[in-house]
Order: sequence, then C-alpha cells, then structure tokens
Amino acid sequence: MSLLDPEPDPGQAGARAPRLVIGVGNPARGDDAIGPLLLQRLRDQLAGDPCAGEVALLDAYQLQPEHALDLRGRRETIIVDAAAAGTAPFTHTRVVPEPTPTITTHSLSPAALAGMHQRLFGSAPALTVLAVRGERFELGAPLSAHATRHLAAALDWLSALLHRR
Amino acid sequence: MSTPLETATHPEHLRRVCIEPLTRVEGHGKVTLLLDEHDQVQQARLHIVEFRGFERFIQGRPFWELPVTVQRLCGICPVSHHLAAAKACDRLVGAPALSPTAEKVRRLMHFGQVLQSHALHFFHLSSPDLLFGPDDHPAHRNIVGVIQDEPELARRGVLLRRYGQEVIRVCAGKRIHGSGAIPGGVNKALDNADRELLAADIAQVIDWAEDAVALMQGLFAAGGDAYRRFASVPANSLSLVRPDGALELYDGGLRARDPHGEPIFDHAPDQDYADLLQEQVKPWSYMKFPFIAALGPAAGWYRVGPLARVNNCDFIDTPRAEAARRTFAAAGQGRPVQAVLATHWARLIELLHCAEAIARLLADPDLTGDDLLREGTPARAGIGVIEAPRGTLFHHYEIDADGLVTRANLIVSTTSNNQAMNAAIRRVAQDELDGHVLTEGLLNRVEVAIRAYDPCLSCATHALGQMPLALTLTRADGTVLDLLRRDADGGIRRAPPGSGGAMANARP
Repeated sequence: MSLLDPEPDPGQAGARAPRLVIGVGNPARGDDAIGPLLLQRLRDQLAGDPCAGEVALLDAYQLQPEHALDLRGRRETIIVDAAAAGTAPFTHTRVVPEPTPTITTHSLSPAALAGMHQRLFGSAPALTVLAVRGERFELGAPLSAHATRHLAAALDWLSALLHRR
Repeated sequence: MSTPLETATHPEHLRRVCIEPLTRVEGHGKVTLLLDEHDQVQQARLHIVEFRGFERFIQGRPFWELPVTVQRLCGICPVSHHLAAAKACDRLVGAPALSPTAEKVRRLMHFGQVLQSHALHFFHLSSPDLLFGPDDHPAHRNIVGVIQDEPELARRGVLLRRYGQEVIRVCAGKRIHGSGAIPGGVNKALDNADRELLAADIAQVIDWAEDAVALMQGLFAAGGDAYRRFASVPANSLSLVRPDGALELYDGGLRARDPHGEPIFDHAPDQDYADLLQEQVKPWSYMKFPFIAALGPAAGWYRVGPLARVNNCDFIDTPRAEAARRTFAAAGQGRPVQAVLATHWARLIELLHCAEAIARLLADPDLTGDDLLREGTPARAGIGVIEAPRGTLFHHYEIDADGLVTRANLIVSTTSNNQAMNAAIRRVAQDELDGHVLTEGLLNRVEVAIRAYDPCLSCATHALGQMPLALTLTRADGTVLDLLRRDADGGIRRAPPGSGGAMANARP
C-alpha cells in the first residue's frame, strides 16, 4: 500500500471499517478527557462483540487536516468531544460542511474537517458530532461528577447506534 | 536590543491596541500595542497564557511515567515532549548514550514529527498568507482557498502530514499517546514490514519536499524587499548543532550567534543550559523571557526554530537540503538571514532534510536491531534538550530517592521566542499602523508575523466553540477608541467609538 494514496485501502484490516468513532480531547485536562475516555470504554465494550469489525476507533487530541483521510470511504463517522456549553448530557448533530473554514488554531472544527473532505474528495462525509457536556477543563483535574454521568449516557446512546444495522 | 520595547518617556500618553486572541495560534493570546501621543508604536506585547501549571502537574509523579505524561502538554508536538522527557530520563537511569538501535528509532520518530509539523504549518497555516497575501479576503486566505486555487499543493500537504504521522505510529506504537521512547532506550525496534511500508513512499516525499522548497524560494525571491523587510528584526540565534557544525535536531551542543553571525558560545554542553540561559519575569506577562546570561536581559534575547537553526548550522548533511541551504545562506550575503518570512523557507529546508534523513535511516540495519535498552548509575537530576519543530526545547527534572519528581523546569520554544515575536510585532506596527483606525490589514500582518514563529501553547484544551479574533484600540486610561472583531465565521464586526463596545456588522 502507499501512504500517499488518498484512496482507502481495502486490504488494511480495520482501517476501513464502515464506521469510525474519533474520540477527541486531552486526558490530562479534566472533562476534556470525555472523548478519549468514552472511546476507551467503547473499546472495552466492543471486545468480543460481533459488531466490533464494523467500527474503527481513533484517538485524537485535536482534529487535524489528515483526519479527512480517515473519514474517506466511511459510511458514517462520529466525533466524540467534550462541550464547554450546550445541552446536558449530550447532543448529537449532523455536521454540515463549512463553506468557509472556521478561524482556528492548529486544529480544525468538525465542520471545517467535513468541508476539507468535501473539497478534497468531492463529497460531504456522513459526519456526526456527539458533544458531551463538560464543566471543568483545568490541567490535572479529574473527570467531574456531572461529566461522569454525561459520559455514561452518551456511551449508551452511541453503543445503541453502533448496534443498529 | 529590547530597550525601545520596554520604556516610554511618558507612559501616561500611551494608547493601546489589542488583538485578542490570535487566529491559528495555539493558546489564548492577545497583542497590545502601546502608542505615544504622536501615534508612534512605543511598545509591543504579545500575551499568551503560558503552561507553567504543567511543571507543578508532574511534581510527585514517578519519573518513568514522564515520557508518556508530558505528551499531554501539547496536542501539536507531543512527540517532541516525549523525546525531550525521554532524554532527561536517560540521564536519570545513567544512560546518556543509547544503543544504536534505540537512538536511530528515536531519531526516526523525531524526523517524522518535525516533517509532519512543518507540513501542517506550511501547507495549512502559512501558505495562504504567502500565496495570496495578507490583504486577501479571509474567506479565501485559508486552506479552502489553497484547495481551490492550488489543489495539488493542498493534497500534498495532507499526505505529507499523514506520512509523518505514520512514521510516528511505526516508532511509537500510535499516532498519539505513543510510548516508544522509555528511559534508557526504546521499547521496540522497527520490523521489516514497517520499514517497507515507509520506504515505499519516501522518494515521493523527498520530491514533494523539494518542490515545496522551490515554491517558497520563488515566493521569497518574488517578494523582493517587501518580504525581506517585513517584521524583520536583528536577533541572536540559539540552536543545537552537531559536533562538526551540521544541522542537528535530536542531540548536540548548544550554539548561540549574534545578529552578525559572530559566536556567543559554541558546542556548549546542553547539560549546562542553566548557566548559559536565564529567565526574566515581567509584570505584564505570564510568559517568562529567557535570555543569554552573558549578554544580559536587554541584549540577550534570542530566536529559536527553523530560521535560527538554518542560520546557525555550518552545513546540512543531506545533499538536497544542503543545496537548498546554500541558496538560503546566499540571501543573507554573509550574515544570518533576519527576515521573519524566511522562517518559512528555512522550515521547508528542514522538512526536506527530515525526508532525506528518514530515507537514510530506513536503509540502516540498526533500525531493526534488538539491543534496545541501556542503564548505568542512576542520577537525581536529568536534562533533556531537543530541537522541536518550533525550536529548542528544554526539560529538566529532579527526583527523590523513590524516583518521584521533586522539581521540573521546562523551557518551550515559544517561550524562547517570546521577545523575538514582540520585536517582530512592533516592527510590523511601526510600518503599518496609520492613525487611530484599526484595519483588517494591520491585524492580518501582525498575525502573519507571529505565525512565522508558529507559537504553540496551552493548546490541549480545545472544547468546542472558541477562538474569535478582536483588535481593540484604547487609550491608556482604558477608553475604547475602536474595536474590530473577526468572528469564527469570518464575519467582521466593528464597535464604533462611543458605542461602549456594541458591535455592528462591518462586513459579513
């Protein structure tokens, strides 16, 4: 295989499962750990599950341009991220590609990532953001009690979604 | 060198311009310009919330966890912190010299990290500024504009990023949160399948990197005096160099040169950094201001990163990058190149060097060896110094008898570049600010100057929905004279004088 080929490689085990879940966040910053923690629990839950082969899991500190390549060829991608504001315990929103990119830092917003995918590959990805409400994002802070409950609720929702054929 | 930035004869007459926070810059930052009564820029202050809390965060933790823990410092260059911590921990386990396999696996990981970081910076953050100019509409002066106008360039940027990420994955086990480097060595070598995977594309990577250097070289030449003058300030340069003077990113002696290229110190042991550098605290900034001790705080500030490294080295030991360096050096006419925009040129020369160095390593049989770990007489203190993508990175730990961290000191490259960025901003403002009206053009140019340094701090918290951009003009007494804000959707809003900050749409 070529790493410089943007087309998905059907021969790479797991790399092109129809569904992809990306857990975004920094485990060291309080409720910012929601994304990676939910992904870890999902990984544990899927161990031995028949639908495990249908789902690829990917950790990410931040969304970056190359994640557009990870979205390529998926039936659906779900980005799990902590939300500093919004409805608790979580919201799930279909991402509309951004016509102009968000003014960002080194990272991309989900909409900007979808927009980049659309422009690079000619189609909008099927992308959902699962935004799990957090409260505390200080360095070294543990997961807050609210975030713990929100994470569990979000995991239930996501697990049910992934088992829906 | 810093005196004009820091003093004002009549500070009560100064007015203030704020840019807050910066786009495409990690961390929450703002810029304050202080003007005198003649509308001349007297001071420039870049405010970034520095990550000092991290040093406290790791106190009390066992040192052997540090190469993994410190990756949480930064979502952009975790591998640099991983390797700097591992180098410091090598000292703690008494193994400053690694096995050939361990050192080469680490170097490969580092080259992959620098390659992917430089690719992200140039292709996705800076190329819009360089290709379209700072006055281009914000809706176009971004990666979308690059995809529209230069689709092949954008595609290569994404794929070079992925290649670098795969180098990291192969060496560290994962694209992020990897654990390849451990105190005294590495926990695994490459296998032949990994090596073949990377080797299959490296020739193409080198060609693309060389094309990028040629593109930037052409842009710099076409930019003429405007490129050379933009945000240009004479600065000292600090970097690691190899014992023979070659460009060195992983391990070497410290070299500092003055703006004329004369040596301040050379091949100084990195373990002596605390004698060579000191840090100053200023009341208006959370960031520290490192300086070369022998020169003092006023004259001793310095620049780190690609521009400093390529200026400082005597040569690059890979042929295509060395050819590019010679052309670069000629632009300085015998002195270090001081143009801030030349940082992008230097960055791409380094990207090319990394690609060539990866190719060389992939042909080295040591990469698949089985001698992974060394150990020796343990020590209570360890210092690890590495050239991260943005510049020299220092990790310094002290531990107790149980191996728990009692003290940590980190100097990250953005801290080292603190004063150099202030000087660059001041130069831009002096050249561009006209009267009392804030313009999008000024805002853009300040960002372009800062972006050349690619500052990156406090970047790991990113919860959804942040990062607007505002440019504020106030008197020294706090009265808002003008406020220009660019929102996340690219829309521009202005608060007219006397509005108390109420915004109106200036341009959707």
